[in-house]
Amino acid sequence: MTPALINVPAKAKRGEIIAIKTLISHTMETGFRYTTAGERIPRNIIHTFVAAYNGEEIFRAELFPATSANPFITFHTVATESGTIEFKWSGDNGYVSTASAKIVVE
Amino acid sequence: MSRARLSLPDNMRRHGCAAAVAIALLSSMNVAEAAEIPLDQRRSSYDLMSRETKAMQDEDTSNPGMLWVLEGEALWRAKAGEANRACADCHGDARDSMKGVAARHPAYDAKRGQPVDLEGRISICRAEQQKAPAFALESRELLALSALVARQSRGMPIESKDERLRPFIDKGRVLFTTRQGQLDIACAQCHDDNWGKKLAGIAMPQAHPTGYPVYRLEWQTVGSLQRRLRNCMIGTRAETYLYGSAEYVALETFLMWRARGMLMESPAVRP
Repeated sequence: MTPALINVPAKAKRGEIIAIKTLISHTMETGFRYTTAGERIPRNIIHTFVAAYNGEEIFRAELFPATSANPFITFHTVATESGTIEFKWSGDNGYVSTASAKIVVE
Repeated sequence: MSRARLSLPDNMRRHGCAAAVAIALLSSMNVAEAAEIPLDQRRSSYDLMSRETKAMQDEDTSNPGMLWVLEGEALWRAKAGEANRACADCHGDARDSMKGVAARHPAYDAKRGQPVDLEGRISICRAEQQKAPAFALESRELLALSALVARQSRGMPIESKDERLRPFIDKGRVLFTTRQGQLDIACAQCHDDNWGKKLAGIAMPQAHPTGYPVYRLEWQTVGSLQRRLRNCMIGTRAETYLYGSAEYVALETFLMWRARGMLMESPAVRP
């Protein structure tokens, strides 16, 4: 599992708009670069990011070779109920990484 | 001296003379000292960064350098080498035992008779205590461990009090003030004499190593102070030193002395 940093507020009021921040370690190799020996470095990027709030998908992003290494993705959602927010990053060569965070909604 | 009104070439010429005199008369360092930034005017390069980049550094969950710290924590606990020992087996929790360590490196190593920087210290410990194969300089693993160790000094003042460092500080100062490369320019000409002015549209920093290892956006990765120095030398079209060389360590020792008392920010984010 790749290290990831997740920032989800531990507590929120029902109906409150909350910011969610995610940062994951990944080289995001573009596929456009060459080694000094002239060989092409194959593309190796995260291409999909999905966030699910208690199982329901609330955010999805497609990523492309222009995205920098260690992608930082932040978005907002409405705190509806207590539970878990799960994050999944999928990429080239079968890459999958997951993380989750708990939130208490009062 | 009205430095601000001098055009850059004039100033370079003047400083070049000063540097030459300083090298010729190493015993009286007054000439070179005169150009140094007064202690109360020193600024971290953090001050020159955009609001967005500052925000990135300020919050641990948006600072990519913290990904290296996380990896460093795993390595800290992993047993390695013939000794089958982890860093944690001797040093315990890095959060306690490594407090302030990065703020006083490069530190004088009596056995070797010379200063050793943080990456060097980790490598020595790995070879002698863990009896494990060395991590290459600038490798992800070594940077992860040095990021973890340096993180524990965040907010602490840089310390450079060991008198045994003095000859190495002086050697670093000579390197810092000596013109080199095809551009025939010394570090000090930008970072002592013209800091705050623009070079290719970017404000020149004073070059205080307060946040190493840093996550540099241009690199899209974490790098050591030696990598940053190498970067500047390539910029002046000088021949770079080898990673781990005595020249780099002397420059690091001088720069840490020059930044003494300033607060550590590791792992910092820089553009």
